[in-house]
Amino acid sequence: MSKTLFEKIWDSHIVVDENGRSLLYVDRHLIHEVTSPQAFDGLRLNARKVRRPDLTFATMDHNVPTSDRSLPILDQTSSVQIKTLEKNCKEFGITLFDIHSPNQGIVHVIGPELGITLPGTTIVCGDSHTSTHGAFGSLAFGIGTSDVEHVLATQCIMMEKPKTFEIKIQGKRKNPHAVTAKDIILSIIRKIGTAGGTGTIIEYRGDTISELTMEQRMTICNMSIEAGARAGLIAPDEKTFQYLRGRKYTSDNYDELVNDWRENLKTDSGAKFDKSFTLSVENIAPQVSWGTNPAMTSDVTESVPFPDEYGKGNPEEVKGVTKALQYMDLKPGTPIVDIVIDRIFIGSCTNARLEDLMEAAKVVKGKKVSSKVRAMVVPGSQLVKKNAEEMGLDKIFKDAGFEWRESGCSMCLGMNPDILAAGERCASTSNRNFEGRQGTGGRTHLVSPVMAAAAAINGHFVDVRELDLK
Amino acid sequence: MESFKKIKSIVTPLDKVNVDTDQIVPKQFLKLIQRTGFGQFLFYDWRYEKDGILRKDFILNDPTYKNSRILLARDNFGCGSSREHAVWALDDFGFKVIISTSFADIFYNNCFKNGILPIRVSDEILQKLFSTKSEIEIDLEDQTIMVDNTHVSFDIEPHWKKILLEGLDDIAMTLQHESQITKYERSHKI
Repeated sequence: MSKTLFEKIWDSHIVVDENGRSLLYVDRHLIHEVTSPQAFDGLRLNARKVRRPDLTFATMDHNVPTSDRSLPILDQTSSVQIKTLEKNCKEFGITLFDIHSPNQGIVHVIGPELGITLPGTTIVCGDSHTSTHGAFGSLAFGIGTSDVEHVLATQCIMMEKPKTFEIKIQGKRKNPHAVTAKDIILSIIRKIGTAGGTGTIIEYRGDTISELTMEQRMTICNMSIEAGARAGLIAPDEKTFQYLRGRKYTSDNYDELVNDWRENLKTDSGAKFDKSFTLSVENIAPQVSWGTNPAMTSDVTESVPFPDEYGKGNPEEVKGVTKALQYMDLKPGTPIVDIVIDRIFIGSCTNARLEDLMEAAKVVKGKKVSSKVRAMVVPGSQLVKKNAEEMGLDKIFKDAGFEWRESGCSMCLGMNPDILAAGERCASTSNRNFEGRQGTGGRTHLVSPVMAAAAAINGHFVDVRELDLK
Repeated sequence: MESFKKIKSIVTPLDKVNVDTDQIVPKQFLKLIQRTGFGQFLFYDWRYEKDGILRKDFILNDPTYKNSRILLARDNFGCGSSREHAVWALDDFGFKVIISTSFADIFYNNCFKNGILPIRVSDEILQKLFSTKSEIEIDLEDQTIMVDNTHVSFDIEPHWKKILLEGLDDIAMTLQHESQITKYERSHKI
């Protein structure tokens, strides 16, 4: 019988089938400081062990400061949480990339970077953006803390089988440096809505996908959760195999594995999906979110919408948009390019890998950040930071007036000191523009790294298709 | 986990779509390392003014709903971050049932793990619940909601129903499959 890629991975990980649910084996479990302490407490309370510490990897990313790491952490509650992870990893024998490790970074950046993420595997983490790893053809999804405890104790997860959702991405972008993977995924979310993928696993397919680099594929899979899906998948190809070759945790029999993946890890022709959606990318523009969820997004050439028009008579929608615009302090009809920005954040598991920084640096090189803007770059990992510094990207950003910081989640969610003040408006390469996400009262516009960089220089949004980005 | 059978209470109508877990518990409260005491942070930015005074216009601050144990919400409730702190906060505040037309997947799962019953209903039934002022009764065994003297039934996966009714520890349930897990590990390549 023809099967989708998801079904193949699902079926090959079933330990037990029971009353319409499956106990699935977990190949890799990633943990971080925020969603794990209560899980370890639960283990201790019930005198349980970690079943497979060798398949469990930890780092600290959510609330680590991005300033000088030789200084003590001033926030005492953050410090306790970080120390708790150190203590738990030591007690249960789990590999930890701590704040001083050259491999520390955002958990979804370091997984692929270290070769922990592999095609055809199941990966879970107590973080919704675990969907990122799906770019490698792994079935990867976020779980709550109770499930973190469950996986620590059993190396399995009990789940009802999700539905399958095919998203075809087709066509050639006229200017792929200006219209990026971020613009592709925002365009999809804008069309299918933030609950469009609820209850499903998305497989991204189509000719555009094969042209994308691994880092771009990660940006797309990363925001599957913003479309409501638990996971996003892309079938692995030669680019995938090449990316992972020779990484720290890539196994000795890698070539043997590749042969197997090449043959098996794809959706069979004739396999059926429960749902399907197609996006043609020929004419898509750089995207800018104007509201308080990621579907509230427009082309950079458009204006802030009028709630009545946008809601098309749906009173809930009209009310939601009205409230969002109130929160964002935006007047309907204002051209997106007239929106004035106070802060720039280039970072997060969505857009803080080397290529993101390289692309943003092209815009910034030889220019100065607008005098009214505070701009920061937070590399996704220490390795990204090191590689970027070897290329001289740090100098380009610093010369322009950007802050060049240590790696972590930083202002994507503002658990560390990197936050917006109330009323501040930020062009951010992160994934969520929820109320207060980057700081209470802060206003977030989601954009690509090149759009954020151009906004930093100009002090307002600009259409990056007008720049020379080659 | 405490077992769950019936609950009778008035409902708190939270009339908003796409309520994300960042609103349910803002990030500044995720640094705690215990599971308890999150009720005080529930909907923090909506419940309090900057100076810590309760906002009069937010539904949870209306004394009418003080003893409510059932939260009514709109589409896509609990979207966004996987933080289970959101469920801990709802539970600690006193909510044992959440009714909506749809929930985000991770949040839905997290509810059951903490003894909270999330119920999906149609638009029409949600509307009816939003308009009632009287107490409603949820019977999990019968899978019914009693509202204004009419019975409405709801669906729930048998697995979750059993876990809630019996207050089971799902890790202990999985560990009953220990030998199968070991067998799987032996034959699995990666």
